[in-house]
Amino acid sequence: MNFDFSADTTAMREQARRFLSDRIAPGTVRRQAESGAPFDAALWSDMARMGWLGAAVPEAFGGAELGYEALCMLAEEIGRTLAPVPFSSSIYLGAEALLLFGTPAQMRRWLPAIADGSVVATLALAEGAGEPAPANIAARFAAGAISGRKLPVFDGGAAGIVVVAARDATGSIGLYLVERGPGVVAHALRTLELGGSAVALDLDGAAAEPLPGATGWPDVMRLLERAAILFAFEQVGGAQAALDMAVAYARERFAFGRPIAAMQAVKHQLADIYVAVELARSNAYHGAWALDSGGGDGAAATARIAATVAYERAATQNIQTHGGIGFTWEADCHLHYRRAKRLSGQIGSARFWRNRLIDILSARNVRGEPDGLQ
Amino acid sequence: MDFSDTAEEAAFRAEARAFLDANAARKAASARGYRSRALDAQAIGESRLWQARKAACGFTGIHWPRRYGGRDGTQMQAIIFAQEEARYDVPVNIFNQSVGMAMPTMMTWGTAEQAGRFARPALFGEELWCQLFSEPGAGSDLAGLRTRAARDGDDWVVNGQKVWTSNAHFAQFGMLVARTDPSLPKHQGMTFFILDMRSPGVEVRQIRQISGTSNFCEVFLSDVRIPDHHRLGAIGQGWAVALTMLANERFVVGEAEGPGAEDILAFAESATLDGQPALQDASVREKIADWYVQEQGLKYTRLRSQTALSRGGVPGPEASIAKLVSATKLQQIAMFGVDLLGQGGAVMEPGTAPLNAWFQEAVLYAPGKRIAGGTDEILRNIIAERVLGMPPDPRADKGIAFNEIPTSAR
Ligand SMILES: Cc1cc2nc3c(=O)[nH]c(=O)nc-3n(C[C@H](O)[C@H](O)[C@H](O)COP(=O)(O)OP(=O)(O)OC[C@H]3O[C@@H](n4cnc5c(N)ncnc54)[C@H](O)[C@@H]3O)c2cc1C
Repeated sequence: MNFDFSADTTAMREQARRFLSDRIAPGTVRRQAESGAPFDAALWSDMARMGWLGAAVPEAFGGAELGYEALCMLAEEIGRTLAPVPFSSSIYLGAEALLLFGTPAQMRRWLPAIADGSVVATLALAEGAGEPAPANIAARFAAGAISGRKLPVFDGGAAGIVVVAARDATGSIGLYLVERGPGVVAHALRTLELGGSAVALDLDGAAAEPLPGATGWPDVMRLLERAAILFAFEQVGGAQAALDMAVAYARERFAFGRPIAAMQAVKHQLADIYVAVELARSNAYHGAWALDSGGGDGAAATARIAATVAYERAATQNIQTHGGIGFTWEADCHLHYRRAKRLSGQIGSARFWRNRLIDILSARNVRGEPDGLQ
Repeated sequence: MDFSDTAEEAAFRAEARAFLDANAARKAASARGYRSRALDAQAIGESRLWQARKAACGFTGIHWPRRYGGRDGTQMQAIIFAQEEARYDVPVNIFNQSVGMAMPTMMTWGTAEQAGRFARPALFGEELWCQLFSEPGAGSDLAGLRTRAARDGDDWVVNGQKVWTSNAHFAQFGMLVARTDPSLPKHQGMTFFILDMRSPGVEVRQIRQISGTSNFCEVFLSDVRIPDHHRLGAIGQGWAVALTMLANERFVVGEAEGPGAEDILAFAESATLDGQPALQDASVREKIADWYVQEQGLKYTRLRSQTALSRGGVPGPEASIAKLVSATKLQQIAMFGVDLLGQGGAVMEPGTAPLNAWFQEAVLYAPGKRIAGGTDEILRNIIAERVLGMPPDPRADKGIAFNEIPTSAR
């Protein structure tokens, strides 16, 4: 039994944490958002140089081939620091779609550019309110072009290439590569998240190339399930950071002649958050195993639900524990609160994943441990 | 049991409605949605005009004495007017703190000259009041405040900092509590003052809230001189005066405003989930039912306490219940409203986000409701200790000189 990250990954984590905490001081993320730039370009290229953007990309396509375990760990560290970079869009969604469904030529064309940071990719699935579902996709692909309106497209303002979900003439849903160019108009969208570059994307006969491996809705779900595990790590990282902030503040803040951390009400609230984060982390680890091995029915949904709940709770409690200061723009509490809410909805809400989990569990014909253990 | 008004209450209600019909428009049934509460010059101007109109017709300061411009009415009449006013499309009320908190406190503790000077301008919205209580080191533990007031001839000289002061950037006056004797135990060494916000040495800086808007401030006080005739209550009596103001605050704050059970119900009827109205979804139905039950509980708790009031009783702990329940419920409803929008939940863009981004905006302001005017945790302590009679936590700050109380681990 070894249900932990490898020594290599653990060593990399130390480096990653040191690097990110040097680069992202309190206030950095807020100032980045206030600057109006879609992301921190210098940080992004440093991440590329360290091989992070190509962590799960084979060396043959310009990646560092560090593996999914490493990618999970990086997602967690990025979540912890709220790094203002389009990592989830470009890596968990964009690069993954290419790896799962692209032709060798498409992978050769785009993966090296994603891995070296020169091109940001993203996924355009949503068309306004609604969970991921075939019924919520109206965009049309015909004769090499897509028309439709996609929103929100997170990091769309930064993206050079967009993986668009659309229907073909037969009504079947596929994924298509669309480059920024004629027929593609992006309108910036205000969202709950501070910063980033979410857009509404108007596609009007935009040139599009199918990712031929994606042959229907189940393939879209396969992409989302894999991404859900990476999102879960990012959420767990964020939840841990929000908890750490709350604990540190509670120890330092005095009221009634003692630290507020000495009040049992405060202690119990934070102990409950700790428990939620630990359960979410364990579920995410199981997800990492599933991502690498391809096993584990329901592992993605389980990880995603636990992480969504944990991050929202931790971020909400962090504001409360800070009192008035937590309700200010200058404190970083709201950055976690906002990001938690954005991450919750992005690839379907907890409600969506709960339904999916129950569908998976009830469809399993052989009931038993879903993790491959006996 | 009878929910209808007494004859006198009904007569007053009719009078209130007549006034409102003549002076304001009814809210449209479809008035759901976010309305910006940003306080710009225009919003303040409109609020002032409305306040003056109400004052001229006797519909504000209803239970104030007549000599201060009130109508010598009852607490119940004030409640009835508030109920009726809520049905109309009227400007935001920035005078709550002035009329509901500051002036009643002044009438309880001030001299006849003080109340005579300040009550009417406050009632007519000519002078706006703010509450200068919280400090960087004193929020829940308000009695831990350190702003110093030292006697100098006929004046007091004040130095220190207040924070989270709502509307301080517009206010002409503030209700200020400061420490006058740090060698006494904490609750004894405080004195209460009326601060003219235009005095030299008062510096107001706006603080941005998490939404990015700014309705509260920090207030720096450097050698600010306050004449002794602007002291409220006796020297050393500041805590008792502050408690009066906090008791009034519980009334004014009441329930957190924002999307409620009926609003999310209406929204769930129109929103689609998995190809059918969201309201068909069992998890949605369960949540909305629970919120509705909470709201009804609050409503009837309120009616019970109003019954006690209309019989001349004193208000109980209901105000603590109302804020505790309603602020958390608001945050839950807001979060759930965003969840119902699925992948589109984070979008706040006007014209795209439903109801003018009501749920998203509420996600961003609800946390403040759980902190302002007594945090959830402090309200629970009040209920546990004052209502249920449970013993307080051990205290490290009782009976010792204020300047010997621990304030940090170092
Ligand atoms: C929107 C808004 C408007 C405001 N307007 C005004 C205003 O106009 N005038 C004014 O004077 N103030 C105002 N305030 C300040 C408000 O009263 C304080 O923020 C509040 O009392 C909490 O104090 P604090 O911020 O210092 O937090 P703290 O007291 O430091 O609390 C931090 C955390 O510790 C918890 N805690 C503290 N003591 C205990 C305990 N004994 N047991 C359990 N938990 C405890 C709290 O519940 C909280 O979670 C406003 C605040 C907000 C958010």
